[in-house]
Amino acid sequence: MSEPREKLVIIGNGMAPGRMLEHLFEAAPDQYDVTIFNAEPRVNYDRIMLSPVLSGEKSFEDIIIHGDGWYIEHGVTLYKGHKITQIDRQAKTVTSHVGEVAEYDKLVIATGSSPFIIPVPGHDFQGVLTYRDLDDVDAMLLAAQSGARTVVIGGGLLGLEAAAGLKARGMDVTVLHLMPTLMERQLDSSAGFLLQQELESRGIAVITEANTKQILGDGKVEGVELEDGTIIPCELVVMAAGVRPSARLANEAGLEVGRGIIVDDLMRTSDPDIYSLGECAEVGGMCYGLVAPLYEMARVAAGHLAGEPTKTFKHSETPTKLKVTGINLYSVGDFAEGPDREEIVLRDAMGGIYKRLVIENNRIIGVVLYGDTADGGWFAQLLKDKTDIAEMRDTLIFGQNYQGGEPLDPMVAVAALPDDAEICGCNGVCKSQITGKITDLGLTNLDDVRAHTKASASCGSCTGLVEQLMVVTLGDAYNPAAVQPMCGCTDLGHDDVRRLIKAKGLKSIPAVMQALEWKTSCGCAKCRPALNYYLVCDWPDEYADDYQSRFINERAHANIQKDGTYSVVPRMWGGMTSSKELRAIADVVDKFDIPAVKCTGGQRIDMLGIKKEDLPAVWEDLGKAGFVSGQAYAKGLRTVKTCVGTDWCRFGTQDSTGLGIKLEKFMWGSWTPAKLKLAVSGCPRNCAEATCKDIGVVCVDSGYEIHFAGAAGLDIKGTEILAHVSSEEEVLEHVVALAQMYREQGRYLERIYKWAKRIGYDEVRRQIMDDADKRKAYYERFVFSQTFAQVDPWKERVEAEPQADMYAEFRPLADLTVQEAAE
Amino acid sequence: MNAPFSHMAWIAIGELSDIPIRGARCVVTPMGKIGVFRTAENDVYAIEDHCPHKGGPLTQGIVHGASVTCPLHNWVIDLETGQALGADEGAVKTLPIRLDGSVIELGLDPALMAENG
Repeated sequence: MSEPREKLVIIGNGMAPGRMLEHLFEAAPDQYDVTIFNAEPRVNYDRIMLSPVLSGEKSFEDIIIHGDGWYIEHGVTLYKGHKITQIDRQAKTVTSHVGEVAEYDKLVIATGSSPFIIPVPGHDFQGVLTYRDLDDVDAMLLAAQSGARTVVIGGGLLGLEAAAGLKARGMDVTVLHLMPTLMERQLDSSAGFLLQQELESRGIAVITEANTKQILGDGKVEGVELEDGTIIPCELVVMAAGVRPSARLANEAGLEVGRGIIVDDLMRTSDPDIYSLGECAEVGGMCYGLVAPLYEMARVAAGHLAGEPTKTFKHSETPTKLKVTGINLYSVGDFAEGPDREEIVLRDAMGGIYKRLVIENNRIIGVVLYGDTADGGWFAQLLKDKTDIAEMRDTLIFGQNYQGGEPLDPMVAVAALPDDAEICGCNGVCKSQITGKITDLGLTNLDDVRAHTKASASCGSCTGLVEQLMVVTLGDAYNPAAVQPMCGCTDLGHDDVRRLIKAKGLKSIPAVMQALEWKTSCGCAKCRPALNYYLVCDWPDEYADDYQSRFINERAHANIQKDGTYSVVPRMWGGMTSSKELRAIADVVDKFDIPAVKCTGGQRIDMLGIKKEDLPAVWEDLGKAGFVSGQAYAKGLRTVKTCVGTDWCRFGTQDSTGLGIKLEKFMWGSWTPAKLKLAVSGCPRNCAEATCKDIGVVCVDSGYEIHFAGAAGLDIKGTEILAHVSSEEEVLEHVVALAQMYREQGRYLERIYKWAKRIGYDEVRRQIMDDADKRKAYYERFVFSQTFAQVDPWKERVEAEPQADMYAEFRPLADLTVQEAAE
Repeated sequence: MNAPFSHMAWIAIGELSDIPIRGARCVVTPMGKIGVFRTAENDVYAIEDHCPHKGGPLTQGIVHGASVTCPLHNWVIDLETGQALGADEGAVKTLPIRLDGSVIELGLDPALMAENG
């Protein structure tokens, strides 16, 4: 019997508490029941990667740290979109803005920081944004769509990343900075000047010593006026003038508060049961904003919560990097001038390089690098170790490769790094931790190294170093350009295998395995279903489907459930049914004592809990009523969801139900790389939710909008628009051609939105829209394939001889209990 | 469990051809369901039809080499040892099985069968 767990409540769900929980679950997985209140309506994501999301280099899915599954797996209750408004330290409870009350034994306040809004007139106008979370990014992207002109107030790290991101989205951007040079807290004036030049060459206007007087407009931004009278017309203002620790909640609860929430070096506030960490915490008189010290706080707090208070928080210098593609800058330490300080400077005007080392007592105390930052880590290590640099002083500025005369091979330089050299600043991972995990766990690809060490898993700027370490540790076993193999049975990736199947005319699984030198005798559960699909798709008339290489659902034509029973979904074309069909279903449910009946998201009826041995008889009865398999189990065409359109709806513009049925009757039975769900909505009100489907059609007065690549599962994504066409025949041709293109190019288990994103939406449009011949060829190949695919698997099974292999699947080989009873 | 080998009774359960190549069938016994597997090389194996992870029916999985992948959460079980392969830890019981010509025979402890039957 375990003791009742202590209740741990966390206010805030940013990167610091997320990392704290990772450490805590590792050290003491069963000690706490954890509840998190997140004012943002989402899971924990990598906030420092918002800039690549803004610029379009990454998507939000790419930067999620903990997906919903992680919270479920660890039994964490996550309240999304709940802002805590009160902490009652006597009752030991917290209350959210909607009145949710949670008791705690230990409380962690991780409220982060809030952007500082300069209180100039007009700061509350519509069009004034901050740059803090995904909502801000979304708002900026929305504004970017309408081509709004933007003024970014603040030329620090965040402001410049926002400016570069908005510029990358095609906006007209002006940066206003109060100080004479950009990023003056991290860069000296020379580097700041080079940075300004680079930004200006990209078309970003930079005004330094710009003192904002007011934001112009009438409730809505129209421009910014400076103290000197300059007026910059714009529709969007991004305030990036710094952040303030969010300490108000703690203050109201009577905790000791300075600039932030004051904590000791174990992250405890003035109340022994309340901890604080992250940007809201003030430790040793300092508040932190970069991720490395915040992760250090997470480590310390987790250790203390787990009852292992061995670590204390110590201040360390954190390097700064700007996450703007093509701009390399790096700074760490103190680079102010001083009487005891000397400096070594290297400038290369042509190369746009500036390096400056600040030296005191033969030790590096500050580093500023612009243009070439490769030696940043090495300099930072010398700074951290307080290495005496007197002997290498003459060549120091040229970097590590030039120590000892000859330039070193960069690999040799990496190999020569000491074991405790910090490789990943964000996560505090040193060289030996990475090489140790590579050796101990036999890691051979970057993703695995990231997963096990966290190195290069946050901002990613040390990825190159980590890869070099992998080369040094693994030798030729690591090939960074290598594609992810399909599985352990081959070194080839999905795309190569698909290409070679066609090129070499391989028409059976054994032929593929022989010709492509499979490393196992008969593959595995990952590659065999993939190969079976590729062969079915590429040789529809010649390939003999290998049932033993299909997942059980596609062998049993039903969905396996957690208890080994199955669920059966008959097809209801376009979601339409009738009293006759419903009666037949009701009869089957009664006859086979089916325990559960449910409507699916795709407008079908699901009968759950059917014993495997009953499946053929269930199908037989359903078949008599005219049903065919709904293929709700298939990596293939699932459902076409519809609304009632012009048949019934007073808003309907076209016959959406009829079109849905046509599409479904045309496409049923086709196998696809992953499941394929369609919908047809009769008007832009979109009741059939066509804009989050794999392929969707939205009817409008003038015809039909064809959409594709939506998602509403693990990921949520609106569709992309493929085309506007004017007739049902054109809809059919375009949708079918698109489906065939996906069938021929997608990787097994890759949904259409991932495939389309990988190859590019424009490439899809180019092949389907701009090239009519290509579109027709795709269409015809689909039609040809359908002549072999449109066989109702239920009918096929029911009609098979009861002695045949096909039928045998559903009976036990022998029943020894019966034999016993007979004796 | 530790029944001496002499107590073993060999019971014929069917023909080799009753099981698809790289496939499986289940046998109902008083001790629960037993999975009987046939590999590409025509070797036969018998293990409990109950994944050590969440009890998935292993006979419904994909058979590859001398192992099977559970249909519920993709655990891979070694048919010879009953051990989970890869990063997962767990095991199922294995049972003696042999081929007499084309007839598959399962080795069972008669005492156990009587007791439960």
